[in-house]
Amino acid sequence: MKEVVIKTEKLTKRFGDFIAANEITFDVYAGEIFGFLGANGAGKTTAMRMLCGLSTPSSGKATIAGFDVYKQAEKIKKNIGYMSQKFSLYEDLTITENIRFFAGIYGLPNKKIKEKTSMLIEQLGLQNEAGKLVGSLPPGWKQKLSFSVAILHDPKIVFLDEPTGGVDPVTRRQFWDLIYAASARNITIFVTTHYMDEAEYCNRISMMVDGVIKALDTPAHLKEQFGAASMDEVFFELARGAKRTAD
Amino acid sequence: MKQFITFIRKEFYHVFRDRKTLLLLFGLPIAQIILFGFALTNEIKNSKIVICDYARDNASQRIIEKLAVSTNFNIEKTILSHQEIEAAFKSGKIKLVIVFPAGFNEDILHFNKATVQVIADASDPNTATTLTNYISNIVSDYQKEITGLNPLPYQVVPETRMLYNPELKGATNFVPGVMALVLLLVCVLMTSASIVREKEKGTMEVLLVSPFNPLLVIISKAVPYFVLSLINLTIILLLSVFLLDMPFNGNLLLFFAESSLFIVTALSLGLLISNSTDSLQSAMLVSLLGMLIPTMLFTGFMFPIENMPMPLQVISNLVPSRWYYIIVKSIMIKGLGFAVIWKETLILLAMTVFLLLVSFKKFKIRLQ
Amino acid sequence: MKTLRFLLVKEFKQIFRNRSLLPVIFVMPVIQLLIMPLAANYEVKNINISIVDHDHSSYSQKLISKITASGYFKLAGYCDSYNQAFKQIENDQADLILEIPHDFEKKLVRENKQQLFIAINAINGTKAGLGGSYLAAIIAGFNNGIRIDWLQPQRFSQSPVIEVTASNWFNTFLYYPFFMVPGILVVLVTMVCTYMCSLNIVKEKEVGTIEQINVTPIKKYHFILGKLIPFWVIGIFVFSVGLFVVGRLVYGIVPVGNIPLLYAFLSLYLVALLGLGLLISTYSETQQQAMSVAFFFIMIFLLMSGLFTPVDSMPSWARTIAAFNPVTYFIEVMRMVVLKGSGFSDVKYQFLIITAFAIFFNTWAILNYKKTS
Repeated sequence: MKEVVIKTEKLTKRFGDFIAANEITFDVYAGEIFGFLGANGAGKTTAMRMLCGLSTPSSGKATIAGFDVYKQAEKIKKNIGYMSQKFSLYEDLTITENIRFFAGIYGLPNKKIKEKTSMLIEQLGLQNEAGKLVGSLPPGWKQKLSFSVAILHDPKIVFLDEPTGGVDPVTRRQFWDLIYAASARNITIFVTTHYMDEAEYCNRISMMVDGVIKALDTPAHLKEQFGAASMDEVFFELARGAKRTAD
Repeated sequence: MKQFITFIRKEFYHVFRDRKTLLLLFGLPIAQIILFGFALTNEIKNSKIVICDYARDNASQRIIEKLAVSTNFNIEKTILSHQEIEAAFKSGKIKLVIVFPAGFNEDILHFNKATVQVIADASDPNTATTLTNYISNIVSDYQKEITGLNPLPYQVVPETRMLYNPELKGATNFVPGVMALVLLLVCVLMTSASIVREKEKGTMEVLLVSPFNPLLVIISKAVPYFVLSLINLTIILLLSVFLLDMPFNGNLLLFFAESSLFIVTALSLGLLISNSTDSLQSAMLVSLLGMLIPTMLFTGFMFPIENMPMPLQVISNLVPSRWYYIIVKSIMIKGLGFAVIWKETLILLAMTVFLLLVSFKKFKIRLQ
Repeated sequence: MKTLRFLLVKEFKQIFRNRSLLPVIFVMPVIQLLIMPLAANYEVKNINISIVDHDHSSYSQKLISKITASGYFKLAGYCDSYNQAFKQIENDQADLILEIPHDFEKKLVRENKQQLFIAINAINGTKAGLGGSYLAAIIAGFNNGIRIDWLQPQRFSQSPVIEVTASNWFNTFLYYPFFMVPGILVVLVTMVCTYMCSLNIVKEKEVGTIEQINVTPIKKYHFILGKLIPFWVIGIFVFSVGLFVVGRLVYGIVPVGNIPLLYAFLSLYLVALLGLGLLISTYSETQQQAMSVAFFFIMIFLLMSGLFTPVDSMPSWARTIAAFNPVTYFIEVMRMVVLKGSGFSDVKYQFLIITAFAIFFNTWAILNYKKTS
């Protein structure tokens, strides 16, 4: 039986009268690539923020890497990585400085930091750019760099919030290569996206519509279930009646 | 035309939705009027002083009585040694010591001459000189009192009339200054922030690429602040007239016309600043750090400009609020018309044109 | 603790890489410190006087030359009529008018008494009051001179003269910059630190990098210290340059008192003010909001601090407000320690208050700052 790294039970987030995420219940296994899909406004980001410890749930339960999301939020943060929609690297620091900073923040010892820095730069082929400010990099590089920095400290789970926005297909493909490599190292990938073709790359996906999980299975099973040829069609079937249209 | 109005409406939304900025826009001028009107003054009051009366005779008693009546002093009568005086000054407890030497009255009666010693804490030279002046005045009052018994021949008596502000109210001088200060700072700050913010977000490019004349885009950003400033000005005016009893002797229309000109000058300055920086942080810091104190000083309502060193007087000519201050005083308090302020108006006009020209030139260069 | 080191390295790098920010933090305060104390002065001189002389006698001429020789007044006009002179007042060419009536000298001899008419532009009440009393003093001196000329000294009893001799301690030459520079330095350091600290944190909020911080195991107090310490250092640096470079070289100010005492207070003061900046940033979503709130408070602090107008002269409700203003206390301490050499026992009350402010602002800010919303 595979290890469960994320377990949620009726997780809910309310903003006044508005229920952004409604009794979300699911499990995520170690090493899997779990796609968290949905249209804009479906509640994906809200759900993910709760799992990262950025937002306290209104009700329900959740455990991340074995830690309770209400009482042990800080312990969770030691064991996860995060990459937000805006990439969140410091634009006015160099590549090397960014890597060193985040490595240090996660408590890596100095020797390890040096090791990891040169390793990462080599892996991404950024040797010539190492001393340049991140702000001067094209978006594709920034994205790959952000991901690498997010898993620098070998977290159990890495959360990716719409990581491939605004990048060309080749870069997207390269990005997903990195994700596969991480998954092979038994890092669990929790990725939200509204690109339905990326759903095909995941081990399992869940589909959120209007704050509720409407489907949860492997891409193959879902296509069978809905008699659809692509995930796009599956999404269309599920989200047709959706009422919310913006995050 | 319709698009222009759409732009303006969008800007209005931005402004009114930001409550904290509204606090600054309207709260600050009101707070300043109240403070300047009621709390801030150049007079020296409630100063703690000590009187060392070695004489204890009629003359010293009489003078002390006069001092006690004045609201300028809080008096304590003790004898202090030299070290005690120094310690008291150092602890900030007293501001001044008056010493009446023994035999004070005797000296006056027999030698027609006596001395009162004043020891002042001159770390605050203004308080020291002012208090010393107050005391000298009281002493010379006493002099007149004892002289009055033998009136002098050939009296030359000055008859003084105070013009425009017979009660010597501080507000009369401050309020026009506050108007100038507030309008200048708020307009510059807000316009530059608004434009730079758009640049930073990148939405500026969207607007520039659209079929709308970029000029209209910029003007649309300035319009809400123009309107808000006029409202602000009206509030300040109403407060000063009804709360502070300030006079308004001039032509209301002229006042608003000149004020509109000044607001445009301020907005142009904001425009220039926004064209010169790319980061919102810098735009704001330049406006706040760079302009606050200089504007306060060079407008001329806190300290007289004519007493500043020559180079500073020249610099003060560059500060638009200085000219507006003169205009407001002339219209509001002196009740004069355009004939007197045409020079200042022309200067403001020239400044506006200059600022706008430089801004647009920079804008064009940027576009290329 | 290592975390803090990494945070500080990042913060300092970011601040010093910001090309447009550096001149604002370092150059602007210095320039203002050079200009402001020279501009802020209370002396009243160069008063423009317009004289309407209907008498044209030798004595009216004597009076006029006495006035112009006094150094307080500048002759703005020698007019034929009051109306002409009044126009000068309207134009701001003259501040006051002296009107000498027809046959002044003759009538003084005949009637033993004469009036001189003075009209003063009283919009600036202080200036008007001082100008009036200077003129009155000159006229009195002139009056006495007439008596001495026209009468034998024994034929009238001279009025007794009570002389007031003034000793000015700590600032013998009444050099205003001694008084203004410490205060202006305080205000400048206050502005730089509070604005910058609050803007800096809000910028991270706006850009989104703060989320990245919130999701890491960085502890709240690490993050806050990481934000406060760089600006604390900058504040101390700006203060030191201001006092020891500009203050000493340009104004000749040499602090008489205990310098470590001054720095101890400065350190506490900066903690308090940075706490305020932090607090403002926790309530602001955008830089413009942070700036608006910060500007509002700084302005009020500035006016109520006793920098330009004395706190003691304020009505009691205003003095209460001034008591809640941290700037008031630092300006007091600066003036006391730098100019008079006051010691710790003299300023321990201010120390206490500023410590209270530091604790209050920072605690509130820390409680407000949540990594998890």
